[in-house]
Amino acid sequence: MVTEHDVQHIAELADVGINKDELGTFTSQFNAILDYFDTLDTVKGNMAAKSELFNVLREDEVEPSLPQDDVLKNAPFKEDGFIKAPRVM
Amino acid sequence: MAGEVAFSPDDKYNAFLTTCKKAPHGSGKLAGVAIAVKDNISTKGIETTCASKILKGYVPPYDAHVVGLLKAAGAAIVGKTNMDEFGMGTTTENSAFGPTLNPCDTSRVPGGSSGGSAAAVAAGMVRMALGTDTGGSIRCPAAFCGIVGLKPSYGRVSRYGLIAYSNSLEQIGPLGKTVTDVSALMGVIAGYDRHDSTSQDKPCDHTPKAEIKGLKIGIPDEYFGKGVDNQVAAVVKKAIGRLEELGATTVPCSIPSMQYALAAYYVTCTCEASSNLARFDGVRYGPAPDTKKSWHDAYQEVRGLAFGTEVRRRIMLGTFALSSGYYGRYYAKAQVARENVRADFNRIFKDVDVIAGPTMPTIAFRLKEKTDPLSMYLADILTVPANLAGIPSISVPCGKANGMPVGLQIMGRMFEDERVMDVAYAYEQAVV
Amino acid sequence: MEEGQVIVGLEVHCQLDTKSKLFCGCSTDYRSDGPNTHVCPVCLGLPGAMPVINKRSIEYAMRVAKALNCTVLDESEFSRKNYFYPDLDKAYQITQYDKPLAKGGYLEIESDEGGEKKVRLTRIHVEEDPGRLVHMGNAERGKYSLVDYNRAGIPLIEIVSEPDMRSPKEARKFLNKLRATLEYLSVFDSEKEGSLRVDANISIKGSERVEVKNITSYKGVEKALTFEITRQKNLLRRGQKVERETRHFLEAQAITQSARSKEQEHDYRYFPEPDLRPLRVKSWVDAISLPELPDARRERFMAQYGCSLNHARTLTGELKLANFFEKVVASDPQRLSPLAATWVADTLIGELNYRDMSLDKVEPAFFTELVEILKKGIITDKSGVEVLRVMLDQRLKNEPCETPAAIVTRLNLAKTTGDTETLTAAIDEAIAQNPKALEDYRTGKTGALNFLVGQVMKKTRGKADPGTLNRMLAEALKNKGA
Repeated sequence: MVTEHDVQHIAELADVGINKDELGTFTSQFNAILDYFDTLDTVKGNMAAKSELFNVLREDEVEPSLPQDDVLKNAPFKEDGFIKAPRVM
Repeated sequence: MAGEVAFSPDDKYNAFLTTCKKAPHGSGKLAGVAIAVKDNISTKGIETTCASKILKGYVPPYDAHVVGLLKAAGAAIVGKTNMDEFGMGTTTENSAFGPTLNPCDTSRVPGGSSGGSAAAVAAGMVRMALGTDTGGSIRCPAAFCGIVGLKPSYGRVSRYGLIAYSNSLEQIGPLGKTVTDVSALMGVIAGYDRHDSTSQDKPCDHTPKAEIKGLKIGIPDEYFGKGVDNQVAAVVKKAIGRLEELGATTVPCSIPSMQYALAAYYVTCTCEASSNLARFDGVRYGPAPDTKKSWHDAYQEVRGLAFGTEVRRRIMLGTFALSSGYYGRYYAKAQVARENVRADFNRIFKDVDVIAGPTMPTIAFRLKEKTDPLSMYLADILTVPANLAGIPSISVPCGKANGMPVGLQIMGRMFEDERVMDVAYAYEQAVV
Repeated sequence: MEEGQVIVGLEVHCQLDTKSKLFCGCSTDYRSDGPNTHVCPVCLGLPGAMPVINKRSIEYAMRVAKALNCTVLDESEFSRKNYFYPDLDKAYQITQYDKPLAKGGYLEIESDEGGEKKVRLTRIHVEEDPGRLVHMGNAERGKYSLVDYNRAGIPLIEIVSEPDMRSPKEARKFLNKLRATLEYLSVFDSEKEGSLRVDANISIKGSERVEVKNITSYKGVEKALTFEITRQKNLLRRGQKVERETRHFLEAQAITQSARSKEQEHDYRYFPEPDLRPLRVKSWVDAISLPELPDARRERFMAQYGCSLNHARTLTGELKLANFFEKVVASDPQRLSPLAATWVADTLIGELNYRDMSLDKVEPAFFTELVEILKKGIITDKSGVEVLRVMLDQRLKNEPCETPAAIVTRLNLAKTTGDTETLTAAIDEAIAQNPKALEDYRTGKTGALNFLVGQVMKKTRGKADPGTLNRMLAEALKNKGA
């Protein structure tokens, strides 16, 4: 069981934002889904599958990088070849 | 012969998000064939949005591996198709750009999340399309729209360039009106890719054969249980009867791990999605963040506004399930559940060659019919087991219930995609 | 362990010297190029891009694991460490969590008490470097950050020690030994800017542990720890508690500062990276042949070249220095080593540091010539230093480089052993100018002799042969009735 407060906290942890009018419905739907997740409690055994593939590696060879323009093309803000981001603290 | 395909369809079903009015093409196995590509597959120079506002305007600087293969085979990529946002949904109603309508009945959904691709094929706008299947997202719309759709064995088709929703479950796959077309497209896209560390070296070069004499088909109890609509079950049973007439024999079986398969699926995909979608912050692509705000505030604002409700819900579910103290209970447990599902299938495949049943428990819902998320999730119950185990599964149209198409689902052993297509082909040819 | 004992553990991140990045083919040689020019869909974290592990980075990490006596795990895997920061373009770092490449192991260092001690290691793993942030703007115009993803995806090896160190000095020794070992293994280039980063955990026995992040230089480690230990001890002395927290090291001011709420209790939500497959590389260990490592080289220097323990330690403490020394004495090791060891370890290093100059600029052959000249007694030690300084300055300023012999000739530094006339005159002058010294010598103050020797040396510009000078001066003083 999670409370509206818990759901608010999870939204912050995930940085997705949830507004107050949604909170009530969201929480009850959330709880219904989490209850359903509890069917996992009936799972027997503790072995996950061993991967068939392993040691998937590539040689240490240089390959062409993207031109700087392509790197910056989709960024909304840039300056002198850097990508601009909101300040960190 | 290289050339250009002109493409300006009357898209009354809202199948496409982007169309290429003049689509160039080369020469090869698919020379000049118009192909639609689901909008979560990266196409260089063509906007790729995953039907989300957070990628509106994003133009990838690179092609997905399969797109390169399509081009090398001479195909004409005529447009990007509508989908549930980031693949999260079963009806294509979760698109930020409006739902796609089912060409068989425009008051109904086409299924999801590859609804746009399925509608484009069903309406005859294109001959073939690429979709993706994480928990049924190719097979469901194929069933609802009355066309053929294949979820390949995990690892047979490269995921490089597929905008990830759930890495350990999803595959790109072909949709078409016929099994022959689906097989041809599978032949082009399957094969090893060194850019995908989960890629298997198993190319596909197959012409479907209708010979199924002596084939053993497993019929799981759980696929005809109380969650499945009676009419749908009846239509599918009749189709299986047709296969028996062609020389196959049926064997009843049971998949006990079905009881927690759906939970394992939703735990796995929401956890992986919560991580995959964390990169969408508007800094390198997407809607511009407010640089006057601090990093954390700007980030939360962009994502709160630009992600739809279902996407936010799944991100939060996944964040919760991975958070401190819960990993063992949810994600780790889900991987054990998957192993049990695999084990069940391995056990059954000792006695049978393929497993058959309905693709979906019902016919296509009406638009806006399913509003409760959990009840929507439950619709995936018959398709998720194949994703959990990684095995191939195809949906082929097998009749109608209440005037709407019904899909027959054939599942096979790992890497036996060809056999699965053969069984579907045998059925298709028998009723043609 | 006594109450009040200092306890230090280190987490060291070193960039592995591969040609391409950890998960993509972008070149790692980004330092002299513009921002965002060594980036591809994979290291930019574009939607749909997928990582593929660079084999050499694993080979390098395994070399380190073997050299440090670690146990390589049968199966290891990469995991996602999820957190949000603009320099982390996928919003997760691909690292190793509960199944690292190797566990255990140790590194031997000089302990504070003298002798050697083993600093145990917890684990070694491989992970990717994030991009680089530059903070811009000001309060009025608005602050913002600029991001360069050239560094994103560079392979890092993380080496975590147990809290076995007991002082800033031991921490510095650990770091130096680790750096040298990685250089000897050819997996690390310590001269690349930013190639090493250290996080330190410090506590005083009985109190909470503090993590200090953002230490990017070897000297910085000692400074950061010294400051932090003082800070903690002061708190405890005033009867206050040391809070368990994360602090940042500010190199310029040499202080640590509390990191704000951003650092509090991250929930990284680790889970195995679904786009990668596990590593089963334990069987590779046997095939790895290690080169001669610092300790072995040190022993060999003592045995083969007769170096003292201290000299051997210094000379083998850096790969380039050890190689340089061996090249210098190669032509006649027996004869040249004793002098060369002193001159390289005690003199050359100091002169290079003073000029902030790289050893790369000094040709071993030229240094050999200088040692030969000194060995033959052509010049005094003092002149030797002068010649060395001229040599270094010429190379530092990119001026034409003279041979040591040419410098000796040009500056007329050859000892005046044969010219007793000039020497006698200088001696007589020195005695005449310093009657007090003569007096002191007469009354038995032997310091007066050294003083007079110094005076004569000044007059002869250091060229007088000390042996001859001492003899002649003593003689002269005797004659003056001393």
